[in-house]
Amino acid sequence: MSFLELTEPWGKPSRNIFFPTSNDVQQNAAPVISRTTQPIVTGASVIALKYADGVMIAADNLASYGSLARFFDVERLTKVGNNTIVGIGGDVSDYQHIQRTLEDLEIKENNYGDGYALQPSHIHEYLSRVFYARRNKMDPYWNQAIVAGVDGDEKEPFVAFADLRGNTYTAPAIATGFAIHLALPMLRKVTDDDRWKTLSKERARAAIDDCIRVLYYRDGRSLNKFSVATITAGGVDFQTNQSVSSEWAFAEKQYGYGTQEV
Amino acid sequence: MKGLNERKGFDFDYCQRNALLQERGFPSPKATSTGTTIVGVIAKDCIVLGADTRATAGPIIADKNCRKLHLVSPNIWCAGAGTAADTEFVTSMISSNVELHSMYVNRKPRVATALTMLKQHLFRYQGHIGAYLVLGGYDCKGPHLFTIAAHGSSDKLPYVALGSGSLAAISVLETKYKSNLERHEAMELVREAIEAGIFNDLGSGSNCDLVVIDNEKATPYRGYSKPNERAKKEQNYKYERGTTAVLREDIHKFVTVETLDEMEVDV
Repeated sequence: MSFLELTEPWGKPSRNIFFPTSNDVQQNAAPVISRTTQPIVTGASVIALKYADGVMIAADNLASYGSLARFFDVERLTKVGNNTIVGIGGDVSDYQHIQRTLEDLEIKENNYGDGYALQPSHIHEYLSRVFYARRNKMDPYWNQAIVAGVDGDEKEPFVAFADLRGNTYTAPAIATGFAIHLALPMLRKVTDDDRWKTLSKERARAAIDDCIRVLYYRDGRSLNKFSVATITAGGVDFQTNQSVSSEWAFAEKQYGYGTQEV
Repeated sequence: MKGLNERKGFDFDYCQRNALLQERGFPSPKATSTGTTIVGVIAKDCIVLGADTRATAGPIIADKNCRKLHLVSPNIWCAGAGTAADTEFVTSMISSNVELHSMYVNRKPRVATALTMLKQHLFRYQGHIGAYLVLGGYDCKGPHLFTIAAHGSSDKLPYVALGSGSLAAISVLETKYKSNLERHEAMELVREAIEAGIFNDLGSGSNCDLVVIDNEKATPYRGYSKPNERAKKEQNYKYERGTTAVLREDIHKFVTVETLDEMEVDV
């Protein structure tokens, strides 16, 4: 380097930052924005229904890594306060973030110490706003959620749906994922036309078991190990490690797929 | 030796040209499908097939009460989902061939015969004939129930459901099916399965048709269940005689009627 080359840049702003050439632009390009474009570790369906005394919500304990059944002990039902359960399917990392967000919400509300507790309708409204806000930034939480609980002073049974796009709705029976096609027809049979108001706890649990069984038979990303939570005016009853009976030898006498005889 | 050189199956010579046209903004028209719930169940001494009766063309209901249960032979029936024309024609064609074959071998047709004819035909067309069928019948070896997919694969099972409403129907079957059902139990089970599809799937609707096949005969039940009948109109919209005043009456006779003797024909 000549003497002139050494002195020339003295006192002047570094050329390649203030006067970037096309080469420099590529190297100093804007930082990479990462957004959720596909779920990686996923939870499957969640089902919930109202019955006479409250609500019931259930989800299996599987987290899949694509087609690999990776984690068998994932609790996909989260308790929020003493009157709400949030059941979430979809991306597990986003689910864990939502769990932390809801916990922070509870802590903040607790800190006020004003005797008011967050109700399931509030949790649902908050969650759906979060989902929609992220959707508008084209960076969604890739989940489908069911918020279930007993709402308000009247302890009204409450069950509502919110998903990654900000879609929400409420009905006596709700499901996410594959359960929409497989379980909802059966859940609707026991809850439609206000029938849920006279539905007993045993029959509601039987409906849930039937749905989990059908999902285990027909959903390729399901597991026969699930948790079910019952929420009534008296509080939350959380049952883990549940399973259903299943029959796989139903076609033992059939051979082949066509003309095979033995 | 004519058969060896015969060009059977679809002619794929235009595929490259069509792909290019699609790139240039001229896509080929899409075929319309039924959107359906069809179901089959083997009972103790009979076999029951069921279907809904809605035919859709995209988001429109083209036929509110179509027939999806086709006769292949008096003892073999077929329910069809997928492209309506394909299920209709392929079933009809195999029905004719089964009839000829049955007369040739002088025996009541076997379900496996219809199955093999259907799947070999569909396989040759590589799935382009969009027929998804539930084939069931009662032959000399007993009841048989098959599903056949458009690409030519088949399954042999004691209970099956196909079509857009198949998940709703199969959830009913998985919960309530057991082996050795009585005739009326199987009919009720099929009705419940089809109704799950009718009420929870937008591609299925209207009524439930059934056919029960035993070793003697097949009994079709067109409209076995009609849970969507149109309500009686609440008011009377008929116009009374005299609403429109008659100003003038002109009668012209253009036809003359003659009574003649019987026509004589030379034999």
